[in-house]
Amino acid sequence: MTALALETRGLCKSFGALTVASEIDFRLQRGARHALIGPNGAGKTSFVNLVTGALRASGGTIHLDGADITDLAQAARVKRGLARTFQINALFRRLCVLENVVLAIAEREGVAGGLLRPAGRHRAIIEEAYGLLETLGIADQALLPVNGLAYGRQRLVEIAIALGLAPKVLLLDEPAAGVPSGESGIIVSVIERLPADIALLIIEHDMDLVFRLARTITVLVQGRVLVEGTPEAIAADPRVREVYLGERAPR
Amino acid sequence: MAAGAEHSAVRDAVIDAFARRHRLHPLEALPWLIAVAAYFALPGYLSLGAQILATILFVLSADLVLGYAGIVTLGHAAFFGTGAYVAGILAANGWGEPISGLIAAALIAGLVGFLSGLIILRTTGLALLMQTLVVATTLYEAANKAGRWTGGDDGLQGMQVWPIFGLFRFDMFGRVAYAYCLIVLFLGWLVARRIVHSPFGRALIGARENTARMHAIGAPVARRRLVIYTIAAALAGASGALIAQTTSFVGLTSLSLERSGNALIMLIIGGVGRLYGAFIGVPVFMIAQDRFSSIDPVYWYFWLGLLMIAVVVFARGGLLGLIERLRP
Repeated sequence: MTALALETRGLCKSFGALTVASEIDFRLQRGARHALIGPNGAGKTSFVNLVTGALRASGGTIHLDGADITDLAQAARVKRGLARTFQINALFRRLCVLENVVLAIAEREGVAGGLLRPAGRHRAIIEEAYGLLETLGIADQALLPVNGLAYGRQRLVEIAIALGLAPKVLLLDEPAAGVPSGESGIIVSVIERLPADIALLIIEHDMDLVFRLARTITVLVQGRVLVEGTPEAIAADPRVREVYLGERAPR
Repeated sequence: MAAGAEHSAVRDAVIDAFARRHRLHPLEALPWLIAVAAYFALPGYLSLGAQILATILFVLSADLVLGYAGIVTLGHAAFFGTGAYVAGILAANGWGEPISGLIAAALIAGLVGFLSGLIILRTTGLALLMQTLVVATTLYEAANKAGRWTGGDDGLQGMQVWPIFGLFRFDMFGRVAYAYCLIVLFLGWLVARRIVHSPFGRALIGARENTARMHAIGAPVARRRLVIYTIAAALAGASGALIAQTTSFVGLTSLSLERSGNALIMLIIGGVGRLYGAFIGVPVFMIAQDRFSSIDPVYWYFWLGLLMIAVVVFARGGLLGLIERLRP
């Protein structure tokens, strides 16, 4: 049994001449609160897509819980406990909030292919989904279609679907993207309260959020790992300042 | 304590309301009451009625593919025509037993759906649309060439359909045909309704709403699309068999683009992805077709076109969508 929840070794991906991942060696500890940061186009979302299997790696290997999952399809990786959220909401927009989560739990429980028992009879699943909505504070809108919710609340549904899969590793792709700054606190507090045994990888632009949540930070630049360390070390690193913080528009 | 009890009451109410969505609603009995009433009230129109009932089954199967699975198809007639020719060729060659002919038609149409789906469902969007068209056109040309079996351009003649259970002979007023089509449609509806309200059906809707997310929650989207495509093909085949057996004729038009297209038009008039769109769209379309063509034999298609435009402009979501919006 290894202590690592997720590991990549020499992970590479290129589209023709464009390299989005170059020899990425990355380690995510069990129960980690780890952030992946980097300027626009650094390859952060591509990294998530490689790890989840939405993209096929050109080289290198990916290990989940010590097992090589490089050749597994996306669905098989999910079954092994790898879940993600999307930078741009990927919700079942015309379905109600509760059903968005029910779909995920039904897949996890392996009953989603069932034809004989009506969906309404899977009461334990519906109850679990509702409980999850309560934890995230969105149960009051359980029966509303997702596209009727405020954007910040849709971001919470985004997280709720992933939590419905009971993941061991959760990749949060810019969880607060597009959320007004007044509301991002709700998302931060939801992430802070996530079960400690889930290994979290947070891809984020919002530095306040990163420094509040992360205990380890990896900086990605042009598909390469530039540096990895504690928030304090990263904040003090001159190279990071140069490529990343230095690019921020003065306030 | 009181707050806790109140909270769990709210929670139970929400969960009950959600679970109830899948239960049978009293209004769902309405189409069947109307169909039975029509049998007694309109004895002169039972032949048309039987055609309408059989076509509802066809359009209902198209709704499973298009409305629920989000597979845009212009070739659904491939399965209707396959079923019609299977039932027709059996009846023209010495096996006129209708029930076994119907089952054979459904199975073979389902097989055609499975095999073609295995290949074409790998694609999406426009490429998929064109491939559904290719499958139907290929079968159309095959039926055209195989004149020895299908009668080619002249259509399949000489079908001898035996009485149902050896008891109920198809009569010239269409009474037996009407009852036969109604019962088969009812069984087809039971299958469709069960699918739509099962976890499988909900997951299909999920894949229609957001395919990428469905993959990301670990769903075998491609396999499920193939399953529904096969089931819908079998239902369409049963519908084709019904029309072949009740009219004792199969023509090349049963495989035509026009039939595929008309199914979509009827579904859009009624409402896509609502299970009951076919039950409204098909009667409206076919009765309008019957009326318009007797009032204006030359330009009746124009009036049908006008009806279609009216629905698209004023009733998005079809007539069912309109009813949903008008309801308080």
